[in-house]
Amino acid sequence: MKSVKGDFSGKVFFVLALSSILALVVITVFILMKGLPLIAEVGLFKFIFSTTWAPGQGEYGIGAMILGSVIVTLGAAVIGVPIGICCSIFMAEMAPERMRKIFRPAIQLLAGIPSVVYGFWGLVFVVPFIREHLGGSGYSILAGSVVLAIMILPTIISISEVSIIALPRTYKEGALALGMTHWQTIYSVQLPAAKSGIVAAVILGIGRAIGETMAVIMVLGNAVIIPKSIIDPVRTLTTNIGIEMGYATGKHQEALFATGIVLFVVIMALNITAQYITRKKVKK
Amino acid sequence: MSVLDKKAKIRTKNLNLYYGNAHCLCDITMDIPENAITAIIGPSGCGKSSLLRLFNRMNDLIPIARASGEAYLDDFSIYGKDTYVVELRKKIGMVFQKPNVFPMSIRENITLAPRRQGITNKAKLDEIVESTLNQVGLWNDFKDILGKPALNRSAGEQQRLCIARAIAINPDVILMDESCSALDPESTMKVEELMASLAKKYTTIIVTHSMEQARRVSDMSAFIMIDSEERIGRLVEYAPTMEMFSTPKDKRTEDYITGRFG
Ligand SMILES: Nc1ncnc2c1ncn2[C@@H]1O[C@H](COP(=O)(O)OP(=O)(O)O)[C@@H](O)[C@H]1O
Ligand SMILES: [Mg+2]
Repeated sequence: MKSVKGDFSGKVFFVLALSSILALVVITVFILMKGLPLIAEVGLFKFIFSTTWAPGQGEYGIGAMILGSVIVTLGAAVIGVPIGICCSIFMAEMAPERMRKIFRPAIQLLAGIPSVVYGFWGLVFVVPFIREHLGGSGYSILAGSVVLAIMILPTIISISEVSIIALPRTYKEGALALGMTHWQTIYSVQLPAAKSGIVAAVILGIGRAIGETMAVIMVLGNAVIIPKSIIDPVRTLTTNIGIEMGYATGKHQEALFATGIVLFVVIMALNITAQYITRKKVKK
Repeated sequence: MSVLDKKAKIRTKNLNLYYGNAHCLCDITMDIPENAITAIIGPSGCGKSSLLRLFNRMNDLIPIARASGEAYLDDFSIYGKDTYVVELRKKIGMVFQKPNVFPMSIRENITLAPRRQGITNKAKLDEIVESTLNQVGLWNDFKDILGKPALNRSAGEQQRLCIARAIAINPDVILMDESCSALDPESTMKVEELMASLAKKYTTIIVTHSMEQARRVSDMSAFIMIDSEERIGRLVEYAPTMEMFSTPKDKRTEDYITGRFG
């Protein structure tokens, strides 16, 4: 720390580190400058709650898209969270060492697959599957939630697993010594003790789901409507930006930046919450 | 009644323990008297904890650990082929070296295991909480803060809570592995008093590095040592504490308890 300013390489690293923070600041300021005037003009309340998005007529309400993001993300959580937590329990407590050695890199690999590939998979398998078995076009909330659920698994699994593994061994030993079965030990001692880490994992997973764009553009159908069922198409905040940014100009473009601000705030809030939860635990 | 006349609660016969290829304990044969305190003493690393963990099969948690030989709790074979280790551990409670209360309330720490055993009646659970806390002398201090986190209490109180938690499932035997080593002298004294009172009801086996403690509280003493050639832990001497400390039969025991060793 002390030598940061001292030698030359220290200075180089300092500048590089600074530049990444600078990038964050520049991007934030840029988005705010581009988007805030429109929010001010339309009015925050109307911008967020109006469900009329008609850039041609100067109507900028992202209510339907917020609803879309919320529903698709909730759906992803409903599918992905139980699977993810079960996987993490399996990895942390049940899998033999050899299996763990295969599973762990495999899950990391899952996190490294480009999102467009997930979207493509959703387009080729999930969408037709829904079309054939549940009806509709197949481009739907359900398709988006399924794809997102798989995409958030690595986040949920790895963070939950770490928080279970990081527990003091003595909790487990203490519970087993009381004549609890392994499963009883897991759900009545280890999971509650690892709760904050698991909650953080879920929050970060949800943050990832809300922010995902490419994969969901390909399977959601992207209609700006209030959906009536989970096999209806829907548009999310991210897909709205992704679809229209290419041709938007003027006020329309500002409205997309304003949509970005809303996303930015939500995801920041989720990440800060997750950090706060894990930090609080460390302090104890 | 002499401690030697007491019924044997736990009997072991040629019990061996291996960690991988390392032979940790060799041919441990001992009868542990009912409702008395048996102390396991010996130099650090000789296998005291390992022996204690053989009684409730906690060594099962260590993948490389392997036990052979026989051990019985009454007529119940501890290492029998059909033995359900969960049932065994309901009969043999354990208190660890460092207090390991769960990160939950005082009340939940005590009621957790009984609840998992199917006791759901609130009055019954309240009764368990009160009676176990009474037995460990914490009821008056804890009765108004039962919902508070157990982790906020002092180490001495936490360790006594761990004892309360262990007796809440009404075991026959209590194992204590250097349960005072993380405590201040005053708490140590309280826990020692507690051992004495619990021994009326429970067969108690303690591991201690303190010969003073063994002498003060135990009825029987088992001295374990690693022999210098083979590096295997053996039971050198097992006798009533009074005898062992006044007239040790083995030269090695004498060296150890007179402080000429370890
Ligand atoms: N989990 C383990 N894996 C391998 N060896 C172990 C393990 N636990 C203990 N041992 C070895 O067994 C011997 C006895 O250890 P332990 O029972 O803890 O001794 P004590 O309690 O008397 O200090 C030591 O040599 C120790 O290294
Ligand atoms: Mg030990």
